[in-house]
Amino acid sequence: MLAIYRREMGAFFTSGAAYVFLTVFWLVSGIFFFNGVIAAGTTDTSVMFNSMFIIVMFLIPILTMKLLSEEKKNKTDQGLLTAPISLWDIVLGKYFAALTLFIIAESIVFIYAFILNYFGNVIWSTLIGNYFAMLFLGAAFIAVGLFISSLTENQMASAVVCLVVLFVIYLSEMLVVNFANGNFAKRVLYKIVTTLAFYSRYTDFTRGVFSLPSIVFFLSTAFLFNFFTVKVLEKRRWS
Amino acid sequence: MIEVRNLTKKYGDKVAVNNISFKVEKGEILGFLGPNGAGKSTTMNMLTGYISSTAGQVLIDGTDILEDPKKAKANIGYLPEIPPLYIDMTVDAYLSFMYDLKKCKLPRKAHIKDVCNLCKIEDVRGRLIKNLSKGYRQRVGLAQALINNPPVLILDEPTVGLDPNQIIEIRTLIKKLGKRHTVILSSHILPEIQAVCDRIIIINRGEVAADGTADEIAKNITNKHKMTLRIEGPTHTADDKKLIAGAIRNLAGVKYVRADMEREKGIYDYDVETDGKTDVRRAINKLCNEKGWNILMLQLSDLTLEDIFLKITMDEGFDRNEISGRKSKPKISIKAGENGKLRAEQEADEPETFGEDMTDEDTAAEEEAVSEEETAGEAETADGEESAAENEESNGGEE
Repeated sequence: MLAIYRREMGAFFTSGAAYVFLTVFWLVSGIFFFNGVIAAGTTDTSVMFNSMFIIVMFLIPILTMKLLSEEKKNKTDQGLLTAPISLWDIVLGKYFAALTLFIIAESIVFIYAFILNYFGNVIWSTLIGNYFAMLFLGAAFIAVGLFISSLTENQMASAVVCLVVLFVIYLSEMLVVNFANGNFAKRVLYKIVTTLAFYSRYTDFTRGVFSLPSIVFFLSTAFLFNFFTVKVLEKRRWS
Repeated sequence: MIEVRNLTKKYGDKVAVNNISFKVEKGEILGFLGPNGAGKSTTMNMLTGYISSTAGQVLIDGTDILEDPKKAKANIGYLPEIPPLYIDMTVDAYLSFMYDLKKCKLPRKAHIKDVCNLCKIEDVRGRLIKNLSKGYRQRVGLAQALINNPPVLILDEPTVGLDPNQIIEIRTLIKKLGKRHTVILSSHILPEIQAVCDRIIIINRGEVAADGTADEIAKNITNKHKMTLRIEGPTHTADDKKLIAGAIRNLAGVKYVRADMEREKGIYDYDVETDGKTDVRRAINKLCNEKGWNILMLQLSDLTLEDIFLKITMDEGFDRNEISGRKSKPKISIKAGENGKLRAEQEADEPETFGEDMTDEDTAAEEEAVSEEETAGEAETADGEESAAENEESNGGEE
């Protein structure tokens, strides 16, 4: 696992994907930081974190698009699958590489906190809470992206499908918002969507609610999709 | 070392590999031979655990590749048809990655250096793989397979894309490796298999069509005896053809003679086929002595691997309507040969083929193709078999 992790980290930086990811992430989060915190004259970072859902949604596909699709396209998966390692090693190695880069990116908030420190007292509890909330959100989304990457040989297709899926996840709650008082079918749909809600679970954190069920939800999503990815690789071998 | 039992792979309804069984002993170099789409790569992918089998078993050093993949795979070094190279890494970084991936315990620097030396890639170690030529990439692929000194090496067409010098180098390397490792090698280049391998398995339509050494297979496939002669006649004109062909035809044991193209000015080649029991070379020599003709070349052409290969792969195709006897028994047992003479002659023939392909393989292959065409072109002999042979030849060439 460590070998794959290291290679993947190296590949992020040699291919330039990491630079694009970090630049855009930091640029846009910087804008959110300025607009939501500095310009608003507050030291509460919640508004910024709330907006950062958008960045996570748009940038995770860039991070995950080539992780497995390119292996298949270049037939380098033959090297991995015939090496004395398990499929979990392969999937988790790649997963944690992407997650590490994500953590590097989102850790920029500590620099923001440092800046805020000069203006007033940073509310550390919300900052730390939100930081972890975003980490868990990213962990779940990266697993989804990795899974989608395993389904195709085409990086672009992988990125676009991943973006669409994350976008649907984001929009789903708004689409069903009127269904709460509708007929049975609508109510069932409403219940399902709100239970699986990534966005409101995330925004709960930005409102200062640190809910354990949501953490468990994000982590189990991450696990589930990594499991699916392993199954996809396994299935490819057996078909 | 490697044991394959009733290995079968189906893709939907299509049977890619059908009930293959064989064993490879330690230190043996096994050649996998077969036309395109015969199931060579599929078999190799199953041996290395890249894909699973529909039925059957692969045992690497006694370990089932599907039951304990980690243990079994640790014993294998695999060079797939397309080397699994990450083109944005340097050779060094890549080999180091493979070293980690294979959980190699040997001293890192020294081991990677050894492998680089062995594959002659020391001078490109710092370069990005994407900037390397095909030949170098192939060698890096081979180096990757050699990391961790696996007892079993599986090489899928290792010499593809290399220049003749490199091909010779890689062959020598494989031969060298064969002393310490068990090697399975696939190729559709026949002289290569002949030059390198101790044993050959010919695969056709997903089945083992023949298994044994080149001689053993040859003996079982054909009991006819063919040779090509180049004889300088008295007149240096086309009249020689008739005269000489007629004289040879009258020798005891000669079944068939055909005058071939004019290879040198006024000198013709003759294809001679005997009954396989009589050795007519001395008789021909004597005949030429008496008549004052000069034999400029005598080449036994009956037992080249090409012929065997074509014969086997074609026969399978003809099976359905022609040779029904073989259909039920596609596998030729190794020990079934009875003609001692044939074997002795083949042994004498082998170094010649070896030398030929060492120096100028491409030209040799071309010549072969040309003569094959001509054979087919001549109405005298162009039966279905010959033209099918020609097709095979050109198929091989295209790839």
